Amino acid sequence: MSNLLTVSPSPHVHSSDSTQKIMYRVVFAMIPAMAWGIYMFGFDAIRVGLISIISCLAFEYLIQKYLMKVKPSITDGSALITGVLLAFNVPSNLPWWIIIIGAIAAMGIGKLSFGGLGANIFNPAIVGRVFLLISFPAQMTTWPATNAMAVDGVSAATPLALIKEGIKNGTPVSQIEGLPQLSDMAIGFNHGSLGEISAILLILGGLYMLWKKVITWQIPASIILTVALVSGIFWLIDSEIYVNPLYHILTGGLMLGAIFMATDMVTSPMTGKGQIIFGVGIGLITISIRMFGAYPEGISFAILIMNAFVPLINMYIKPKRFGGQK
Amino acid sequence: MLKTFKLGGVHPPENKLSKDKTIEVLPLPKTVFIPVAQHIGAPSTPLVKRGDEVKVGQIIAKSSSFVSTNIHSSVSGKVKKVDFSADSSGYPKQGIFIDVKGDEWVEGIDRSKDLDKDISIEGSDIIRKIQDAGIVGLGGATFPTHVKLVPPKGMKADVLLINGVECEPYLTSDHRLMLEKPDEILVGIQLLMKAMNVDKAVIGIENNKPDAIILLNKKCKSYNGISVQSLKVQYPQGGEKQLINAVTGKEVPSGGLPIAVGAVVSNVGTAFAVYEAIQKNKPLIERVVTITGKGVEKPSNFMVRVGTATSELVEAAGGLPENTGKIISGGPMMGRAIRTMDVPVTKGTSGILLMKEEEANRKEVKACIRCSRCTTVCPMGLEPFLLMTLGEKQIFDRAEGEKIMDCIECGSCSYTCPSNRPLLDYIRFGKGKVGAIMRSRKK
Amino acid sequence: MSITVVYTIVTLAVIGAAAAVILYFVAQKFKVVEDPRIDEVDEALPGANCGGCGYAGCRAFAEACVKASELGSLNCPVGGNDTMGEVASLLGLEAVKKDPRVAYIRCNGTCDHRPKTSSFDGVTTCSIVSSVYSGESDCQFGCLGYGDCYDACEFDAIDLREGMGVPLILDDKCVACGACVDACPKSLIEMRKKMPKNRKIVVSCRNQDKGGVARKACKVACIGCGKCEKECKFDAITIKNNLAFIDSDKCKLCRKCVPVCPTNAITELNFPPRKVKPVVIKECEPAK
Repeated sequence: MSNLLTVSPSPHVHSSDSTQKIMYRVVFAMIPAMAWGIYMFGFDAIRVGLISIISCLAFEYLIQKYLMKVKPSITDGSALITGVLLAFNVPSNLPWWIIIIGAIAAMGIGKLSFGGLGANIFNPAIVGRVFLLISFPAQMTTWPATNAMAVDGVSAATPLALIKEGIKNGTPVSQIEGLPQLSDMAIGFNHGSLGEISAILLILGGLYMLWKKVITWQIPASIILTVALVSGIFWLIDSEIYVNPLYHILTGGLMLGAIFMATDMVTSPMTGKGQIIFGVGIGLITISIRMFGAYPEGISFAILIMNAFVPLINMYIKPKRFGGQK
Repeated sequence: MLKTFKLGGVHPPENKLSKDKTIEVLPLPKTVFIPVAQHIGAPSTPLVKRGDEVKVGQIIAKSSSFVSTNIHSSVSGKVKKVDFSADSSGYPKQGIFIDVKGDEWVEGIDRSKDLDKDISIEGSDIIRKIQDAGIVGLGGATFPTHVKLVPPKGMKADVLLINGVECEPYLTSDHRLMLEKPDEILVGIQLLMKAMNVDKAVIGIENNKPDAIILLNKKCKSYNGISVQSLKVQYPQGGEKQLINAVTGKEVPSGGLPIAVGAVVSNVGTAFAVYEAIQKNKPLIERVVTITGKGVEKPSNFMVRVGTATSELVEAAGGLPENTGKIISGGPMMGRAIRTMDVPVTKGTSGILLMKEEEANRKEVKACIRCSRCTTVCPMGLEPFLLMTLGEKQIFDRAEGEKIMDCIECGSCSYTCPSNRPLLDYIRFGKGKVGAIMRSRKK
Repeated sequence: MSITVVYTIVTLAVIGAAAAVILYFVAQKFKVVEDPRIDEVDEALPGANCGGCGYAGCRAFAEACVKASELGSLNCPVGGNDTMGEVASLLGLEAVKKDPRVAYIRCNGTCDHRPKTSSFDGVTTCSIVSSVYSGESDCQFGCLGYGDCYDACEFDAIDLREGMGVPLILDDKCVACGACVDACPKSLIEMRKKMPKNRKIVVSCRNQDKGGVARKACKVACIGCGKCEKECKFDAITIKNNLAFIDSDKCKLCRKCVPVCPTNAITELNFPPRKVKPVVIKECEPAK
């Protein structure tokens, strides 16, 4: 025996899982949606994605090294996820400097000002997106026409914006022009931000993460069901003013938010019950903003607001204790 | 759907390397060191002094209170000294050193292998004999068996659960015992049932041991009231509360004893020891120990005399591998790492596990990403991440409110944490402190 | 425009006045009558809130002082006799002088004296390590060196000396609050009488094993041979459980016990040098 025996407290074995593996699984799950974005928006999508990823990694490294004076942890994959998610959340024709500002907001304000991975209250990518949405509303809500859809002109409105416009003007749903087919929206022949347009591919990524136990079913399911239920009730009341709930589920960032952003481990509750409350809250806020708010889309605000409630939920919603009931 | 317990659980790689190795009798060692505290409760009082001649089966330390047991000499020879030496607790403990000479047994011990199915003995006699024979729970907790058989006033057991789960990875001693001594175990179970006056016993076995399930299922038809329940493989199913929950569906209330739901749990090894004590008059002086590990040349199961040094077992299994980094007494999830190979096999040692250097050290601790896996896997429905923080920051009153004392220290949380956080280290520390605070409050 | 400004000022003023009136009455209603001397005593205390007096902070100690009829059982170790004298004069009580004390870690098992025989991997706090086993060396009584005392000290009076195995208490900073005494799971830290020029004669060992076992584990272990007990003319040294102990209240610092110790377990500190070679402490090799 060359060395001294090691003594340590039990357990002496460890599962093969690691934080890094979890992070890279999330990235892997985002690949289909990313590929679809590239197919639809062409080179611009690659440009936005690369700028976002590189600047997120760079800011994490620089801030950790020179401001926080800790060992940079860019290899753990969390900054990569933020980079990809930020790119998913912006239009593909966004100028490069706005993306970089978004990356600073995401990494600096959203994550590292709280102390880095695990300590942040808000999802960094959403902090970045909302920062940009408020600072540059014009650029953030002008979407380019997609390659695959022969629409003339450079910019087009998203289905949600059309619906919002319709509600504002009192135009009945059936008369709103340019509203895409449901099937097109599910597959992704649609306008919108880089990564949010194809519901099916996002669901595919979600299923992979569920299978790998990276996420739990509670958050996506409760968000989607709440949105469907509330919009469904309104639709039943008056289908002339309010659109089919499937539109709400399939458009905008709902799928992206429900599957990839609300499920962020750091900023979601710890227990299944808490996660359902969290999801229902997101669903309610989202649909309220979409129907009655100033913005056509509300999922990022909804997630941010519910993120703030997570510590409270964790405090009061406890897991079921063994032998607790009497 | 196979039965299992309802909350949490993990499934570490089983690595049952020695499951096909029949139990061999380990040759007698030259000296033994028999600690006087091999059980939960008060240490026994040594009855012998330096120079005394002892025989196999002779009482050498007497139980000092009700929750305590007798200790018998496992060898014959001369007492070398009564002194302190390290045992698996990590601290030097008092014990008796005996130089082995021959193999001379105390009269009245039946050493034949014949099966004796006659259980006409009175229930109270069974308990008395169990107490005399120094039998403790052989699953690892080493709680004196005779104490368990006498329920507190006003409580009545209605089912006896026999733990053949062996949910710890690597260990195979119970598995082999079930395969090789099924009738003895079943008679032992009948004796325990009679002592407790219950008419139902269930043997819980995880279905990674199909051979044992089939064998015992066949055999138990000729014994009244005993049945076998196969269980889904899930750690920590061998925990008392988890086994009760898996088999009966009942939950032992927080802070309560299994008897509160009418159940008493015993290990298959204990049942075998009871058989030997009652039918053969043989006290608890040897047990089956698995010696295993990925680097071990011959992973095996040995019948070992209590007090034999770990080094003897390692020698018999092909010697110490060059790159051994850690030696564990017990299984990898709950066993204790030992610092020297002088540590003896005691009544509670179910296995010796040698780990290679590359397996021995922990991985780098990273930040908690609040993935909540520790909460998901906790079999007691606790929040390990929170308890760890409370332990680390020494906020003990809140830790008590969060039920830190319910923790069974199974290690599922630390096992599963993707950030390699030392959850159980801090929880165990907090548990110790909270326990001390609660005791001082009672006074 | 100006009318808006006036309105604003008037509104704010009215709200402010209303709030002030409400506050005044509420404060009157919930007024807590407190002995004003508590504040005075609290003022005189060092305000470290270290708990060295046995009370939960300086305020609680001040309350206890005001309630007490004599100050014999109350002592602020941080402030010492000066502070207690001030407290006594504030309360009109008689000041009770106490000898100042200082903490000392009774282990000299630095790593060149006490070889490692195993390596620990896990959370490195003394309390957790000691719950797992007796420590990396063979001495089950010795210092673990992970610094629970260092974490407990509020006064920066402990130098962890990382890599040496045993922390060092800095006499000039130590206020004898006793936090480290409670923090040490091995009960190694003792409060000793503070001698002139911080001089000390201490048996730097707590090993109660038999001589041979102790010596094998550590070169400077006390083996309980009793030579020092015989040498001491002041009955300051007692041997119990294979271990010598020097009572600092009786010790007269004559230094006669030091040379007779066969294992150099008795440490003399802050004396002018004599012919004995000073003990050189080497840094250990970093643990793997």
